[in-house]
Amino acid sequence: MATSVQRASQLTMADLKGKVDPDWCPGCGDFGVLAALQKALVELQIPTHNVVTISGIGCSSNLPGYVNTYGMHTLHGRSLAVATGLKLANHELTVVVTGGDGDGFGIGGNHFVHTMRRNVDLLYIVMDNQIYGLTTGQTSPTSRIGMKTKSMPFGNIEAPVNPISLALAAGATFIARGFSGEQKHLTELIKEGIQHKGFSFLDVFSPCVTYNHDNTYQWFRPRVKKLEDDTAYDSTDWTAAMEKSLLWGEEIPIGKFFERTDVPSLHAAEPVLNEGPLVHRDLRIPPDIARSFIEELT
Amino acid sequence: MKQTFAVSIGGAAGQGVATPGDIFAKIFSRRGLNLNAYNAYQSIIRGGHTFLTIRTGAEKVSNMGDRIDLLIPLNQDTMNRHLNLLRAGASCIYNADTIKPGPAADGVQLCPLPVSELADITRNKVAQNTLAIGAGLHMMGIGFPALEEVLKEQFKKKGDAVITENVSVARAGYDYAAGHFAAFPNPLPKTENRYAILSGNTAMAMGGAAAGVKFYCAYPMSPSTGVLHWMAANARKAGIMVRQVEDEIGVINMTIGAAHAGVRAMCATSGGGFALMSEGLGMSAMMETPVVVINCQRAGPSTGVPTKTEQGDLWQMLGAAFGDYPRVIAAPLDIGDCFKLIPEIFNIADRFQCPGLVLCDLLLSEGRLSVHPKELDFSPAIDRGELITAANGNGDSSAAPTNGDYKRYKFTESGVSPRAIPGVPGHIHTAATDEHQEDGVLISDEFTNPTKRRAMMEKRMRKVTGIEAAVPRPTLAGPRGADVTLIGWGSTKGVIEEACEILNEQGISANQLQIRWLAPLHGDAILEILKDSRHTIIVENNYSGQFARYLRSETSFVPNGNIRKYDGEPFMPHHIVESVKEQLAGKTKLSVPTHEIMV
Repeated sequence: MATSVQRASQLTMADLKGKVDPDWCPGCGDFGVLAALQKALVELQIPTHNVVTISGIGCSSNLPGYVNTYGMHTLHGRSLAVATGLKLANHELTVVVTGGDGDGFGIGGNHFVHTMRRNVDLLYIVMDNQIYGLTTGQTSPTSRIGMKTKSMPFGNIEAPVNPISLALAAGATFIARGFSGEQKHLTELIKEGIQHKGFSFLDVFSPCVTYNHDNTYQWFRPRVKKLEDDTAYDSTDWTAAMEKSLLWGEEIPIGKFFERTDVPSLHAAEPVLNEGPLVHRDLRIPPDIARSFIEELT
Repeated sequence: MKQTFAVSIGGAAGQGVATPGDIFAKIFSRRGLNLNAYNAYQSIIRGGHTFLTIRTGAEKVSNMGDRIDLLIPLNQDTMNRHLNLLRAGASCIYNADTIKPGPAADGVQLCPLPVSELADITRNKVAQNTLAIGAGLHMMGIGFPALEEVLKEQFKKKGDAVITENVSVARAGYDYAAGHFAAFPNPLPKTENRYAILSGNTAMAMGGAAAGVKFYCAYPMSPSTGVLHWMAANARKAGIMVRQVEDEIGVINMTIGAAHAGVRAMCATSGGGFALMSEGLGMSAMMETPVVVINCQRAGPSTGVPTKTEQGDLWQMLGAAFGDYPRVIAAPLDIGDCFKLIPEIFNIADRFQCPGLVLCDLLLSEGRLSVHPKELDFSPAIDRGELITAANGNGDSSAAPTNGDYKRYKFTESGVSPRAIPGVPGHIHTAATDEHQEDGVLISDEFTNPTKRRAMMEKRMRKVTGIEAAVPRPTLAGPRGADVTLIGWGSTKGVIEEACEILNEQGISANQLQIRWLAPLHGDAILEILKDSRHTIIVENNYSGQFARYLRSETSFVPNGNIRKYDGEPFMPHHIVESVKEQLAGKTKLSVPTHEIMV
């Protein structure tokens, strides 16, 4: 592999800068997520050509264009399915999937659940702003009950999804929550998520300053409490994690809820990949095997 | 007339119709005979009615034919449904203890087997089936050792006692027939040929393996599931990653993800699943990431008739995904072609970085045909087009880690831009479903630019010219200037071919234009062929004449008549022959033959 060519010390924040600058609204939470991702990649010193950033559609899904890695800006809700195929075809690549709450929990909800139970080795960052932004402000699957939007002008009457509980139930092996306003903390979670061998889910409060006037920086700041500050909290305890995931209100936990390392990731569990990534394989079926396929039919 | 022999076995699902079918197929195949097997069945796991017809002969057999020579009803329902299909010279073997025949046509031999006298039915639940196989083979003039050999293989896993039991029951049936039933006048011939017997689904899966497919995924859907089954069973031997996915939306997106990483990736489904894949196909086109998608058509719309065949998805394929983009659509002509087509369409998809769509149908997918092993070529030409990988030298190890000036969507005369896969240094870019400029940067939002949009649209669409040149032109089979030209596409090739033979024997000269590559369609070549035709008829397995409408939209050509069938069952040769005759006599311009076999 050509991965050794890049001297580790070379990678700087400037190397991670994409071809264009973000066109997010000034003050958007997504700036913080982008910066933390770039910082994490610099700190981990992963050669940029071995990283693929994959997104769906939405404000936050524009992120791959703003970071200098290989990128795929796919369809609304489909990023995890695309990422699964890509990872299985070349499991030497580091895969980071980014998107929003509508993309991931609404239209992509089915893929979200199944990618978690498969334990595909990738980091999935959801920039959760509890609103549809790019379509100019409609209710999202994480909008609170009562929230008034253009699509529910008299207030939302549907209970929001709890992404952390859902991820725990679906079998994700690394589950964390970050806040765009907590840069250092978020960077560490991203680093941990990338290094975790399996599916890492990182739900990030990334406030929409244009359309969500309920869940603002000011609203989150006094509420978020880092799980790491609670020395008694054990992130290998699934039941404790489930209990913590239900906390919402005056206190909202952020940090690593849960991690387990005893479940092999999908590519590690598949013997077909024992000989290395598919992309490097010979296209031809060995003649003796081809013959055996035909003999079975005679 | 072709010298062929057809045996039909019918019963309830779960009653063991498949096993006698497999045994007959093996015996015919080992005599060096060709065969075609078609199973008419219902969407039910136990019960209902299923009716398998195996037609065999020394010559090529391409369809189920018009005539049943031997009927083996395993229950009364089958007898009631199908005895009336038998004509003079045919025979019907049945369990005299449980089944009563109705009125049969003159010259039909009824062959009652006293099953409880010939076998211990308390020990052997399928004794009637085994007795009937034995009796039938005697009447076909096949020696008993051929059956003994196959029974030994069939029951190998169940141990010697079961083998001995079944061989002795088969022998009893064989001997009983010798003493009680008249044999068929012509014993089944024997040749030195050896064929492989396979379904279209197996053929497409194997064709994928031969093409170098390394990633296959699917959601189970009849009648495409056989592709998944072959892939899953042979994944480890063939080094193919095979996944069962949560839905067809996931399937197409996973396939594109794998293809984007640089492997050849394929998936198969039926019409309903294909509908879910539609948006994904647009992504393949926009990102210029090639994939091959197989649609095994079944009778629609909606859930439709899941176990029956149709050619009703042509317009869905033509219109799949919104917007204009280059696509390739091909319909395999027979089961051997199901294999051969896959490497061919992969080469075109790879060279032109666009989706390749295979329009198969239940008739080929689940039918079985004898194919000469030479036709199953595991070393086909492989052309991956302009692909930049770390291995092929374009991934310069001294390259800077940043983008350099690589342009993934570079404007070229052919419209094809060299494609770098993730992991290659110096070629970093983002592939997007949004419209983009040459370097991949979006021009959908802040940088919207009508000039750039037009240029990128034209770049992609320029590929169509190259695809047209890469796709072979259709050719006419049979003499030019015949009385009638039959035009078909895909799976109807064999049955139209046989209808032409019959028409020619009856003094009506007929030729055939069978279309394999549907998009791009060589309209000019088709018009050139048809300009000498005296009477043109389009034959297709759907209601509205989907191909007729497509041909008209592309060429303004209107045929003299149409033969269509949309009852879920395939054409039989006589359906076409009789329709041609009524149309030549000026009775109608649209014939819709009635299917006589009721399943």
